[in-house]
Amino acid sequence: MSAILSPDDWAIIGLSMKVSLAAVIATLPFAFLFAWLLARGRFPGKLLLDGLVHLPLVVPPVVVGWLLLLAFGPQGPVGGLLRDWFGVSVLFRWTGAAIAAGVMALPLMVRAIRLSIEAIDHRLEAAARTLGANRWHVFLTVTLPLSLPGIVTGAVLGFARSLGEFGATITFVSNIPGETRTLPIAIYSALQTPGGDSAVFRLAVISVLLSLAALVASEAMARRALTGRSGHVL
Amino acid sequence: MSFDVQVTRRIGGTTVSALIPPADGVTVLFGPSGVGKTSILNMVAGILRPDSGHIRIGGETMFDAAAGTDLPAHKRRIGYVFQDGRLFPHRRVRGNLLYGYKLAEARDRWISLEETISFLGIGGLLDRWPASLSGGEAQRVAIGRALLSGARALLMDEPLTSLDRPRREEVMTVIERIRDELHLPILYVTHDPAEAERLGAQRIEIAHG
Repeated sequence: MSAILSPDDWAIIGLSMKVSLAAVIATLPFAFLFAWLLARGRFPGKLLLDGLVHLPLVVPPVVVGWLLLLAFGPQGPVGGLLRDWFGVSVLFRWTGAAIAAGVMALPLMVRAIRLSIEAIDHRLEAAARTLGANRWHVFLTVTLPLSLPGIVTGAVLGFARSLGEFGATITFVSNIPGETRTLPIAIYSALQTPGGDSAVFRLAVISVLLSLAALVASEAMARRALTGRSGHVL
Repeated sequence: MSFDVQVTRRIGGTTVSALIPPADGVTVLFGPSGVGKTSILNMVAGILRPDSGHIRIGGETMFDAAAGTDLPAHKRRIGYVFQDGRLFPHRRVRGNLLYGYKLAEARDRWISLEETISFLGIGGLLDRWPASLSGGEAQRVAIGRALLSGARALLMDEPLTSLDRPRREEVMTVIERIRDELHLPILYVTHDPAEAERLGAQRIEIAHG
């Protein structure tokens, strides 16, 4: 592979993996929280929360990027806090790219996790309580492990979505080699460059392979989780 | 030790109520489907809150509406055997059996894993997944799981209904041995007159409220 791929290609792959992994890890707790609230919660404004969580799925990504720019810019509510408290900014940094990817991946992750939480039999949780488990212990030993297939699926889908993130990222943190130029943005840049055809081809093939590997891995993990429990191969 | 229960609760448009005077051994709650027999067990277990009344076991108050006492389900130490076994699908038989045992205080554990296994004859099942058990095996594991949680009384909600005839006999024998050898009070729900006849020292008819 190293003969086929240039050092620049490897750097782009490495950056994309870093951004996507960070996006998934940072988004996962929020995705689980929203999924749990939407699956189990009864509160006013639930429909509104549902809508807000799904917004990145339907709004043009460039609008999401612009909103992130407003929020995380030096004058923005979040950007101002980050600057005053920690002296950092995510603008034009890979961390900003991870935030954009995470926001765009959130709806997919919430949907997958929510489905698996809704599929959990409430009565198993009641059984656990009669066996001496308090609510927190029930959550850790019954609810969380039984929603694991959804968490894994959500994480892999989120990872694949993050790898492909383009519009919100380029709007929010621009196109900076080695910092925010992830695979799709690198492909876009190569397309704009005379003689960039072979780079476009290489990077496109890598994109397809990475996404495919992620999806196959998620399918394999979901199957393994199922076969372990039922004691036979499905 | 025995149950002493008097509860009422409105569910939907009807009122579910029960008066269970203290009695040793098995108390059978008997009546047609849909009169709220399971709801009464859920109230005793602490899963469903009664509107009024009291629930005492062996003189200890679990619930008393007038006094504002309401012990949460996980502190009641009442074993619950459900109609469908309700084993945790993500734990092997051993993990299911030990679930409540690990949570119980050392002084509340009155039976060991080994004793439970030989009492119920489930030694060969320890490494199996619940999905691979027969109905009778699953029900015996569910009973073992309840005993091991340090239960001082058992609730059984039609534990034979989902079993075929030979398996019924197998589980029924276990229940009779719990009554006669372990001396645990049992609150037993059924709509089958033969079961009620065979088990019940005290029989309480639950009718539409």
